[in-house]
Amino acid sequence: MKKSAFSKIYIFLIFAFLYVPILIICVYSFNASNSTGVMTGLSVKWYAELFKDKVTLHACYNTIILAITSAVTATVLGTLAAIGIDKMKKGWRRSMLMTVTDIPMMNPEIVTGVSMMLLFVFIGAFLKINGVLGFWTLFIAHVTFSLPYVILNIMPKLKQIDPHLAEAAQDLGCTPAKAYWKVILPAIKPGIVSGFIMGFTLSLDDFIISYFVSGPKFQTLPIRIYSMTKKRVTPDMYALSTIIFVVILVMLIIINLSDLKGDSKKRKKGAE
Amino acid sequence: MKKFFCVVFSVLLIALSAMPAFAVESKNYDHLRGTEINVYNWGEYISDGSDGALDVNAQFEKETGIKVNYNTFDSNENMYNKLKGGGANYDIVIPSDYMIARLIEEGLVQKIDFSNIPNYANIMDKYKNLYFDPNNEYSVPYNVGMVGIIYNTKIVEGNPDSWDLMWNEKYSGQIMNFNNPRDAFAVAQFKLGISINTTDANQWERAYEELKKQKPLVQSYVMDEVFNKMESGEAAIVSYYAGDFLTMHDNNPDLAFYYPKEGMNIFVDSVCIPTSSQNKEAAELYINFLAREDIALANAEYLCYASPNKKVLENEDYSLRDEEILYPANQDELITEYFHNLDPDTQFIMTSLWDNLKIDGNQITGVYIGLISFVVIVAVLVIFTTVRKKRRASYYD
Amino acid sequence: MNKKSTFYQKLCASPHILWSAIFIIVPLLMVAYYSFTDANGSFTMENIYRLTDYTDTFLRSLWYGIIATLICLVMAYPIAYFISQSKARAQTTMIMLVMIPMWMNFLIRTYAWMNILEDSGVINKMLSFLHLPNLHMINTPSAVILGMVYNFLPYMILPIYSVLTKLDRSLVEAAQDLGANKFNVFLKVIFPMSVSGIVSGITMVFVPSVSTFYISQKLGGGTFALIGDIIEMQFQVSNNFNFGAALSLVLMVLILICMAFMNKFSDTEDAGGGMVV
Repeated sequence: MKKSAFSKIYIFLIFAFLYVPILIICVYSFNASNSTGVMTGLSVKWYAELFKDKVTLHACYNTIILAITSAVTATVLGTLAAIGIDKMKKGWRRSMLMTVTDIPMMNPEIVTGVSMMLLFVFIGAFLKINGVLGFWTLFIAHVTFSLPYVILNIMPKLKQIDPHLAEAAQDLGCTPAKAYWKVILPAIKPGIVSGFIMGFTLSLDDFIISYFVSGPKFQTLPIRIYSMTKKRVTPDMYALSTIIFVVILVMLIIINLSDLKGDSKKRKKGAE
Repeated sequence: MKKFFCVVFSVLLIALSAMPAFAVESKNYDHLRGTEINVYNWGEYISDGSDGALDVNAQFEKETGIKVNYNTFDSNENMYNKLKGGGANYDIVIPSDYMIARLIEEGLVQKIDFSNIPNYANIMDKYKNLYFDPNNEYSVPYNVGMVGIIYNTKIVEGNPDSWDLMWNEKYSGQIMNFNNPRDAFAVAQFKLGISINTTDANQWERAYEELKKQKPLVQSYVMDEVFNKMESGEAAIVSYYAGDFLTMHDNNPDLAFYYPKEGMNIFVDSVCIPTSSQNKEAAELYINFLAREDIALANAEYLCYASPNKKVLENEDYSLRDEEILYPANQDELITEYFHNLDPDTQFIMTSLWDNLKIDGNQITGVYIGLISFVVIVAVLVIFTTVRKKRRASYYD
Repeated sequence: MNKKSTFYQKLCASPHILWSAIFIIVPLLMVAYYSFTDANGSFTMENIYRLTDYTDTFLRSLWYGIIATLICLVMAYPIAYFISQSKARAQTTMIMLVMIPMWMNFLIRTYAWMNILEDSGVINKMLSFLHLPNLHMINTPSAVILGMVYNFLPYMILPIYSVLTKLDRSLVEAAQDLGANKFNVFLKVIFPMSVSGIVSGITMVFVPSVSTFYISQKLGGGTFALIGDIIEMQFQVSNNFNFGAALSLVLMVLILICMAFMNKFSDTEDAGGGMVV
């Protein structure tokens, strides 16, 4: 379908709305003073500071590792769960499972955070683990609060699928597992991708729950940034955000360019 | 600067080696090498190597071979929740006065072996034997500070000296107050001459009435955003910490500061060792390290808060030593009061009043009208679609 | 499909059920336990009685959540539709572009919004430059709702986009062949088929915006409190876990009621859509 001028303008406006604050962040990352409220001059000193700050860089690394691992796990678990729930008959069991799935979204983060911490401490005492809080507790918590988002993204796609599709594949000689792999999964792929992106985003930005379930040896970037709020959040955090943004943007452009070149190649890979 | 520290450090090292206490330190030194300590401090509350300052933790690691796992928190209460939960073992925490009292009371921090902390001698006497640790057993002061009023000289006229400024109708919409009940109530309590640690419900009620009177004049209740709002001139009057004023002043020279005559809150953040510590000896080494002249000096320069370390004040290289706001000449005449840990009942009264303050005076009728009309619209839609569906179903039949 | 494979499909949900039982149900039971006990652990209804003081706050939070959700829906649907109509390559890029702003730290993003909305902020500076009257935006409920819309908009766009993309085009063509105009095609074919995505989107926007706390403190100036603020304060200031738990339990029930209502509503729509198919 041809794009109308209206759709172009609309898309532009929405992106402007989404990106204006990001622009502000980029501008303040070049501030000469430590203020994020007034520009006193231009400088790149916060970028220099950032690269010297080993603690922040390490926290950034931790955050990315955690976001990737938890989002992948949540996506796998969530996809399986969505398929299972979709096959369940409508009734109290199904609606109860859906409700339970949504609970981590409903609870204010601090409630989830504190109750999870207490649970982990209890399990830790039970298993006689000293100082139980660390990567794994963060991982579990992040998977838990990402799960509903993944499931909510996949369920609508499953509803769309013609129920006879998998049957047809089986009639044509696929095993049930293969039918899923070849027919259903590609059909719900947009939902899976959306779910993964959301899980990744949530994990990347979570502070409160992470605060309560993290241990002394694994601190994430949001915890570090929020703890600055007693004094001031320094512009090197803005510099870090800007760098992350630019890196992702460059990556997107590269992917797009390589897509342009090897479109057919990629399609082949995707079908495998 | 670095060179200077090297010199100071080597001089100190020689001086210290002569002291008997150092023998204890050096004796333990080697078997601690390769161990770890978990430090739990406020965010942005240590000299971390930016702007050419000394990186305190890296220095400690270099000198002792003990690895520092450095973690940060944003409030005493969050730190308490984490410590109380018990899932993580910290070796060093740096809470404020009233929280230390609570931690001691609940047995969450342990006694420090002061024979391992010879640098405790550097701490000023007036910051020893404080109410929360009367016998100096649990804590070593790290930073001190007082609350005062920051104002914009371009907008505020004259030389204000009282909390009344925050109730001045002339500056309506330009005033900001703390966005946490304890500090916000303290402002009203000082204005009224009530103790900030009162357990009398009526007095809390009185302070509440005062805050209610102030609310129409208040632009916003703030915490960390105070920096941006004062620096950009968005607001003109706020109560905040003296040390933070200095950094705001760097970015907006129109700002000024005073200690109100009615009195103000003073706080001390002290280093403690939690009961759950797994490496107490190393923790004591760290505390001693923090109280050492060069390290305390680096922190005082970086944080802009007042240092309780007399060696720092005696040091001629300390750029803030003559800063009247951090070290007022008439400090002993100022009326100051520490926060004490409130009992649960008073705590309850305070938070309920605070919630009331937030709820009070806000237009809620719009919300009611909106919600009711929304429910009506939804109901109409539901009925409409059901009717249509039925009609259609009958059509299909 | 044979029974065995349906059984295996149902089995797919079992890791999730197990996970939920341990990491969702158990903490939930703890919340319930705290709600009905006092600081000493003995049973009390005190926390529940006290909740009535906060009726207005609950309603206010619900109302703001509803407005934010509706605005998100109105803003998100067209863009999700337009994206789904773009070339396949552009789709992925645009979906990424929708989400990337959320990868910047939430706190820093909110600071940026303060910079934009303040009386001395970017918008007002621009207005002054153009000799237009200034607008007061910060510290108002509208600013809070704006903050919610900004932060949750992508969570509305993505699910709607994913149901709209790879929509069975033959249905649209069939409708067009049968003489439906563009508007009717949309209303009778495309929209009913995207309802499940809308429901997911509404859930993901409404639920977190009702319990949000930071946005109201920073963009609302802290002069009014939302229920998220009150709950947060019970934990962070007054250390009253019991009352905080009771508040969040009630919040959860309220949200569940709203969601049940919406599901009921969407189910009828779903059936309508099914009829078209």
